Amino acid sequence: MRKVALDMVAELAKRDERVVFLGSDLGAGTLDGMRRDHPDRFFMEGIGEANLVGMAAGLAMDGFIPYLHTIAPFFTRRAFEQIAVDLCLHNLPVRLIASGGGVVYAPLGPTHLAIEDMAAMRALPNMTVAAVCDAEEMRHLMEASLNWPGPLYIRLGKGGDPIVSDPARGFAIGRAVTVREPAEVQLMTTGVMLSRVIEAADRLAAEGIRCGILHVHTVKPLDTAAVVEAARAARVVVTVEEHIRDGGLGSAVLESLADESPGPLPRVVRLGLPDAFPAEYGSQDSMLDTFGLQPAGITDAVRRARRRN
Amino acid sequence: MSHTVPSPSTHASSPLDERSLHLRRLVVQALEGGGRGHIGPSLSPMEILRVLYDDVLRFRPHEPNWPERDRFILSKGHGCLAQYALLADKGFFPAEELARFCKRDSFLGGHPDAGKIPGVEASTGALGHGLSIGVGLALGARLRRSDSRVFVVMGDGESNEGSVWEAALCAGKHRLSNLTAIVDYNKLQSYGRTSEVQDMEPFGEKWRAFNFAVAEVDGHDVGALRHLFGALPLDDGKPTAIICHTVKGKGLPFAEDRADWHHKSRLSAADIAAMYDALGGRGNA
Repeated sequence: MRKVALDMVAELAKRDERVVFLGSDLGAGTLDGMRRDHPDRFFMEGIGEANLVGMAAGLAMDGFIPYLHTIAPFFTRRAFEQIAVDLCLHNLPVRLIASGGGVVYAPLGPTHLAIEDMAAMRALPNMTVAAVCDAEEMRHLMEASLNWPGPLYIRLGKGGDPIVSDPARGFAIGRAVTVREPAEVQLMTTGVMLSRVIEAADRLAAEGIRCGILHVHTVKPLDTAAVVEAARAARVVVTVEEHIRDGGLGSAVLESLADESPGPLPRVVRLGLPDAFPAEYGSQDSMLDTFGLQPAGITDAVRRARRRN
Repeated sequence: MSHTVPSPSTHASSPLDERSLHLRRLVVQALEGGGRGHIGPSLSPMEILRVLYDDVLRFRPHEPNWPERDRFILSKGHGCLAQYALLADKGFFPAEELARFCKRDSFLGGHPDAGKIPGVEASTGALGHGLSIGVGLALGARLRRSDSRVFVVMGDGESNEGSVWEAALCAGKHRLSNLTAIVDYNKLQSYGRTSEVQDMEPFGEKWRAFNFAVAEVDGHDVGALRHLFGALPLDDGKPTAIICHTVKGKGLPFAEDRADWHHKSRLSAADIAAMYDALGGRGNA
């Protein structure tokens, strides 16, 4: 997913002279091709994310479309004020390509986890927050990013995530994707959790429990109409995200249902990480397992939710 | 290349001419209208902005987004009344608007808003942002092969922010000779003396160490400022830093060099009258 995102930056830079790339202190060889072909539009500026975001704002004010890349929390935690003021207040077309969304960096510990990034970014006026499900969908997001009018936060997965998107369903920033038609149990998810949600839905189907799946690759602006429509026929809505339960997709879904739902609300269960800095290391997979976010945990949670309803 | 300027005294004491008094009276119009404002921080950089707008910057008041304009960023956004005075004086907006400073539906707030005010490039107020934006604009001008230049005015207290020095590293690395950082060194920050709160000395040496060409000047000496700004860039291969020695509250004897005149929020009619008295009288406003 990261490779596709960066390859697409190089591709967009070939096509459009407004595209510039700014990195902090990335791995050796990152975007060497773009650096060779467009050295004047390739910037590697060292470990100073606040400055990186401010610089990007200046370039965007001058008509350029900056794509920035570093590890997610070094954008969202370190440079929050620059993102809020320089990018969002000015509503500039700057793209933040954030690696390690969620618990990708589980072995590196809580300093490197992006577990509240969507909540922080979603709170900012004018910001768009996207978490696609695989490399193929990333290609469509990057294509659509070129002419997206304001700031855009792009949450990357680990890489090598199974391809579960289907181009036939179409892609547009801000439009949720119906992966399975609405049903009694409605699953809503974002990012790479989609593959785990699909697997959980398959297991439940084998038990006779039909699940709808809505893939919300754009958490902000939320596709409220799709969320309300998907929830209309459901007895239970279960949101699944690789993020703390507060402020992310589950919160956004609850808020939109509370504000916009025409009838009584279904039961809503939010699956995500607890309000805590995870104490363990391991891997992304093992940490997701700890917090019940692998297919088995999701399946159990749906069964429990149906029984309680 | 080093630039020698007569050694400024700690408290620059150049007398103010009629134009400088006029611009300060415009500030008082806003202070009276809003009943509040950052007084000291708006008066110390007045001659810096005056010389930039009168003699240095390329701009078109009726075409504020003219692509070939020079870019000016007031990174110390709390000193916005100085910029508002100059923008009104130059015709970016009617001077009558100054009296509506901080009113509910005014476009002139307590910090400059680029989305509302013609002639303001960047919304500032959170400190330590302007130089990074300036670096981006200077790189943008280079990429566009434009000869437009970028000027960023910062505070001495603002220079406590680490992001200022991240930006300085970057400007030095890229040898941005089209970028000039100007420090309004009035030696006071909100709490008190910069030398006591967070001493920036040796200030000039810091900028030199970050690969800037550096000059120091009396920030109220219009002739010296003209001479120096006219000589930019001081080095063809470096960004320039100009440390302007100024007096906080310059022009109002009761406010000069006093930390308690940093910001006032309940200005009385007597306060306003005293300001006009010090600046040549209300009748000249």
